[in-house]
Amino acid sequence: MSETTEKTYKRSHEPVFWGLFGAGGMLTAFLTPVMILITGILIPLGIINSQNFSYEKIHGFATTWYGAVIVLVLVALPLWHTLHRIFHALHDIGINRGRDWQQVICYGFAFAASIFVFTLLLQMF
Amino acid sequence: MSELMIEIDVLRYRPEMDEKPFTQMFEVPYTPDMSILEALQYIKDHLDSTISFRWSCRMAICGSCGMMVNGVPKLGCKAFLRDYYPKKVSLEPLANFPIERDLVVVMDDFIKKLEEVKPYIIPEKEKCLSEGTYQQTPEQMAKFKQFSMCINCGLCYAACPQYALDNKFTGPAALALLARYNRDSRDGGEAQRMKIVNQEEGVWGCTFVGYCSVVCPKDVDPAAAIQLLKVESSKDYLIGMFKPE
Repeated sequence: MSETTEKTYKRSHEPVFWGLFGAGGMLTAFLTPVMILITGILIPLGIINSQNFSYEKIHGFATTWYGAVIVLVLVALPLWHTLHRIFHALHDIGINRGRDWQQVICYGFAFAASIFVFTLLLQMF
Repeated sequence: MSELMIEIDVLRYRPEMDEKPFTQMFEVPYTPDMSILEALQYIKDHLDSTISFRWSCRMAICGSCGMMVNGVPKLGCKAFLRDYYPKKVSLEPLANFPIERDLVVVMDDFIKKLEEVKPYIIPEKEKCLSEGTYQQTPEQMAKFKQFSMCINCGLCYAACPQYALDNKFTGPAALALLARYNRDSRDGGEAQRMKIVNQEEGVWGCTFVGYCSVVCPKDVDPAAAIQLLKVESSKDYLIGMFKPE
């Protein structure tokens, strides 16, 4: 038993990515079907007037502070979710070479895309 | 006389004489109420006495007779031939463990992990006998009771794809047992156990496949225990950012 008491424990940073993954998964599960329903079915069928989704309307929405936050969250969080899944799936299918680089590329992409969307929204104001 | 027969393939391995495991087929008389374990006992008594397998209670209490039945981790005493007949049944030792002999596996790694999670009540402060017993409400008990039903059969380890890929992962049963003590109102050892939980080999080795909970013969739901511990670990991470040790 002495070896277990001597053991040093190393804290994982996974909670950060798991949190983003969880939040993104929640959004994806609840809101993506709704968005597909609206943009893919209800508007083409004419049930919702497509003028409600005209460029001016959407631009106007994205340039309010709350609209910008909603767009950022809707784009960024599902992206963090997806890349977290891909990162872990790589391990699951046995691609174990360069885990550090896999992590940098996966989360780096999600981070870069989030910053990109953020600046894009910012310069629209 | 036309007795109903069922074919049973058993993976054999006797390290002193077999270079590698091989499959041996047995024909066993079939009755609908016959369990897989009883079929193995029939084989040992009447067909081949050299066959080795673990068993004790015959009623899903002892957790000894875990094995792969047609590739699914099951207790031999809780799986019945009627669910397979007239197809043949294939029996193999529990996956993800080294084979000791025939259907017997080496469980040392699993036992070590159970010991590592400090599976005992660590009181906040020692209480004198004269101060009386530790009281617990039904609500406090309900918080952990489900996770205390584990019989250490190891089926969840045979089911876990993450344990299969990397056996440094603490694994479902040990983490469920850890949750059982962390959630107990009489326990004060959470801080010690969270160090185990917070590691990559702790809860973060789990990707929530959930197969452990599917195969569990006692409905312990280790996957739920692990996800609850992930929430606890995340809280602990946040607190740790502001209050480093």
